Amino acid sequence: MSPAPTCLPAVSTLLEIPARLARWRGWGNTQAIGSIVLLEMRRRKDFYVLFILTALITLVLGAMNFFNEARIVRYLKEICLLLIWISSLVIAITTTARQIPAEREQRTVFPLLAKPVTRTELLLGKFWGCWQVAGLTLLTFYGFFALVSGAREHQWPLAAYGQALVLHWAMLGIVIAMTLLGSVVFAAPSSTNTIAFLVSAGILMLGRHLNHVALQLNEPLQTLVYAAYYLLPHLEWFDIRNRVIHDWGLVPWWAWSSALLYAAVYTAVFLVGAAAWFRRKTVL
Amino acid sequence: MFVEPIVRIESLRVEFPGTDPGRTPNVAVKGLSLSIAPGEVFGFLGPNGAGKTTTMNVLLGFNNATAGNAFLFGVNVREPIARQRIGYLPEQTCYYKFLTAEELLRFYARIFRIPKADVESRITAVLRLVELEHARGRPIRTYSKGMQQRVGLAQALINNPELLILDEPTSGLDPLGRMKVRQIIQRLKAEGKTVFFSSHELGEVETVCDRVAILHEGQLKVEGRVRDLVTRYHGDLENIFLQLIGYSQPAYEPGTHLSSGRQHAA
Repeated sequence: MSPAPTCLPAVSTLLEIPARLARWRGWGNTQAIGSIVLLEMRRRKDFYVLFILTALITLVLGAMNFFNEARIVRYLKEICLLLIWISSLVIAITTTARQIPAEREQRTVFPLLAKPVTRTELLLGKFWGCWQVAGLTLLTFYGFFALVSGAREHQWPLAAYGQALVLHWAMLGIVIAMTLLGSVVFAAPSSTNTIAFLVSAGILMLGRHLNHVALQLNEPLQTLVYAAYYLLPHLEWFDIRNRVIHDWGLVPWWAWSSALLYAAVYTAVFLVGAAAWFRRKTVL
Repeated sequence: MFVEPIVRIESLRVEFPGTDPGRTPNVAVKGLSLSIAPGEVFGFLGPNGAGKTTTMNVLLGFNNATAGNAFLFGVNVREPIARQRIGYLPEQTCYYKFLTAEELLRFYARIFRIPKADVESRITAVLRLVELEHARGRPIRTYSKGMQQRVGLAQALINNPELLILDEPTSGLDPLGRMKVRQIIQRLKAEGKTVFFSSHELGEVETVCDRVAILHEGQLKVEGRVRDLVTRYHGDLENIFLQLIGYSQPAYEPGTHLSSGRQHAA
């Protein structure tokens, strides 16, 4: 008799994950706390203001016509995508940075933690809610982008837009987890906002050049900059705006999936750090 | 027959890091032991800073005990599941003010995993109990202080808890608000719920409590049935309280100015 294949238990365990997650009490709590973040976003004006601003600027620029050629829309796509990146970063960081400090300041954390909710679940719920907010923001903004560029170009490269959107969302996952860690460490949302913006913008603009910068430095600065290059999450890897603007086609799916895995690892690292810090911190 | 106490506190000691140059720890609770039986309304009394809220915070898992143990339904309070069957009303109202009362209660019902089919009827029942049914769709930020306190009671009751922990539930309320909260506590008592509450309103405590404990500077001064204490100390609860915390009333002489201490000639 041949031995039973050893991979089967592993596969069946993997298949059980969704069902186990649904049964896990913490997942229910995480979803419930996340739903409050979503409700808060619906009732605040930040999202609407940023969307209207992006739409207005894009539409005004879209009304221009270069060389009497209505199909030249690259500049329009470039500006629209830049605005989407800026707006989504603003929404993700400001929404996340205020979550934990507001819970403590307004003391809403007390009735919540007096229920069967752990601090880790509270943190995960905040992450889940903020990430959903980021996802909805991107869906709305990219939907608008697809409409505007499609109306001018008369083509709909939806797969490329989908790839860009998902990568963007994964990148925002890292930013949100990092901001959440900051909001646990620093009491004031303003400090967290500033630091998260500086770090995210710094990585996006300079991240890819850090290794070249390191080459020109002396020790021990060189090692430090190299360490930063290898340790910091490379948010710029998730930026495929140029591919979308110039219609360079799809990112290979293996590269796209690897980027998502990379994002998942960094997000998990930041969340574990935030949870460890928050468990030790007094909420009173 | 032995009845397992709902709340059991054993030699509880809570210290906070000191802020003085020598970093001498501040001892908020010193070796407190208490137990509360099912169905009791237990009053937790003491002047400000006596350690009442700290003790409640340990029971709720907000603070860790430096020494000793605390149990709810026989489960160590460090386990989140110990809080499944309790309701808690904090001293200050603190709820998501952008939510309506209904949304807030639905959120907490989700946390307690109340079956979807029962959520609506449960929300209606608790809102009716706290007389807020008419305002269920209004954002909490538009509520008066009394209404916010009653939303607090509603959220504490959403899971139909066996134990209610109320931290100064009538603090800052007008006489009507106080009366309504008192009536709700009496109704809960009639339903057989266990209530553990701290208060400065001694008259109120005397009216609704079966047993009381008086805490002063982190130490338990006395514990017992209100009736027994009144008999033992020959006075009402207020006199017993003042006596136990070592307060001696300054002699008042008619005609004395509070500001100068001068005395008018009669």
